[in-house]
Amino acid sequence: MRKTSLDTVYEMARRDPRVVFVGSDLGAGTLDAFKEEMPERFFMEGVTEQNIIGMAAGLAMEGFIPYVNTIATFITRRCFEQVAVDLCLHNLPVRLIGNGGGLVYAPLGPTHLAVEDIAIMRSLPNMTVVAPVDKEEMARFVPQTLDMPGPVYIRLAKGGDPIVSREENGFEIGKAIEMRAPGDILLVSTGVMTNRALDAAAALETAGGLKCGVLHMHTIKPLDETALLGFAGQVRGIVTLEEHTLVGGLGSAVNDLLGDKLGRDAPPVLRLGIPDRFPDKYGTQDDLLGYYGLQPDAIANSVREFASRHLG
Amino acid sequence: MTPEAQIRLVGDDLDERSLALRRLVVRGLDGGKRGHLGSAFSLIEALRVLYDDILKFDPKNPRWADRDPCILSKGHGCLALYAILADKGFFPAEELDRFCRFDGMLGGHPERAKVPGVEASTGALGHGLSIGLGQALAMRLQKRDSRVFVLMGDGEINEGSVWEAAMSAGKHRLSNLVAMVDYNKLQSYDRTSVVQDLEPLTDKWRAFGFAVHEVDGHDVDQLRHVLSSVPFESDKPSAIICHTVKGRGIAEAEGNPAWHHKSKISDDEVAAMYAELD
Repeated sequence: MRKTSLDTVYEMARRDPRVVFVGSDLGAGTLDAFKEEMPERFFMEGVTEQNIIGMAAGLAMEGFIPYVNTIATFITRRCFEQVAVDLCLHNLPVRLIGNGGGLVYAPLGPTHLAVEDIAIMRSLPNMTVVAPVDKEEMARFVPQTLDMPGPVYIRLAKGGDPIVSREENGFEIGKAIEMRAPGDILLVSTGVMTNRALDAAAALETAGGLKCGVLHMHTIKPLDETALLGFAGQVRGIVTLEEHTLVGGLGSAVNDLLGDKLGRDAPPVLRLGIPDRFPDKYGTQDDLLGYYGLQPDAIANSVREFASRHLG
Repeated sequence: MTPEAQIRLVGDDLDERSLALRRLVVRGLDGGKRGHLGSAFSLIEALRVLYDDILKFDPKNPRWADRDPCILSKGHGCLALYAILADKGFFPAEELDRFCRFDGMLGGHPERAKVPGVEASTGALGHGLSIGLGQALAMRLQKRDSRVFVLMGDGEINEGSVWEAAMSAGKHRLSNLVAMVDYNKLQSYDRTSVVQDLEPLTDKWRAFGFAVHEVDGHDVDQLRHVLSSVPFESDKPSAIICHTVKGRGIAEAEGNPAWHHKSKISDDEVAAMYAELD
């Protein structure tokens, strides 16, 4: 997914002289071809993340479209003020590509886990927040960022994630994708949790006949309110799935919308995500997803229990 | 000039233009009944010389591609910027009467989207040099011959982000970037030497790859001479340490931390300031 996003940036840069790349201190060999072919538009600025955001703002003010890439948590936590003021207040077309969204950096511990990045970014006016499910969706999405007027945060997954997106579904920023038709329950997921949601929905239907739809909310901000409100009237319960703290992420956004717009008429909602405490285990991304009950079997169990409570 | 030698720059009475610009600042203070007077008054001559003699700009076309952007990174000194921008016709001086008011255009920190001539929304300290660095890189890429000037406060450069940007500017040998420090030796709480000593300040900028000059930041001729000679070296960014007096022009405010920011400014205080600046 990361390689796809950066390769797409490289292809866009070859066609459009406004595109520049700004990295911090990324892995050796990153975008070598870009550097070789367009060295004047390739910037590797070292471990100066705050500076990189401001510098990207200055480049954007003068007509360039900077694609900034570094580790997600350093973009979101360390540079919050620069992102808020330099990018969002000025409403500049800077794209932030965050490596290791969620629990990808499990072995590296809580300093490197970006489990509140979506909450941080969606709190800022003018920011668009997108978490694609796989590299093919990433390839459909990134070119669409070229001419967006404001800043965009792109959450990357680990890489090698199963391909579940489909070309015929297309991709439009801010428009959720129905991956599985809604049944009694609608699973609303973002990023790579959508592949877990699909597995869980399939398992539930096979095991006991509980029909679950899956709505892939690749864009968390702006939230596709039309799709959500439409489905909310058709299903008897909604379960949100996110590789993110339960504070301020997708589940919160969904709950806010349903509460604000439907009040007591909103269907019951179960939010599955990461509890409000720092992760205290290492291992792999899959280990931690399992620890938090975010692998397909555990999701299916939670949905089954939720359904038994609310569907009778 | 040594830091100790600059504190009282006597015998250099402010001329009518410097007094007139300060009166515009007081007009803003009166409009909002508040403002960072000390921080604005130390900046007046630097901004005056920049806008009178150095910068290319067009008040009717603030985003003119051939302009020389000037970022006031110490956004709290914005009354000085507003004064010179009004003086140059970017907006009517009457806007100063609505400074900080609910529906006014001029806030307590400058905003790019609201105020013609404001290059960047500043106020959160330590942002301007990175933005200026990006603009200067853009201009080099676009083969524009504009220069970018960034005015920072001495308290502001406590921020680590300033030194990240300085390191980058040095690396890129950005000769079209000019960093200016309004070194009035007083930050909000106390003297900079007490709160967070910046010395040896010229050595710091030099070590980060800048060619550095020091000036008396209230001496118009000195400022004109030094600013006319940037870049000081053809393959380095320039830094200018402007030795200034906080609150310069109002005896009670000069070097007085209590005048860093003032609120509830009375009509009598305004009248007294106008009298002193007459």
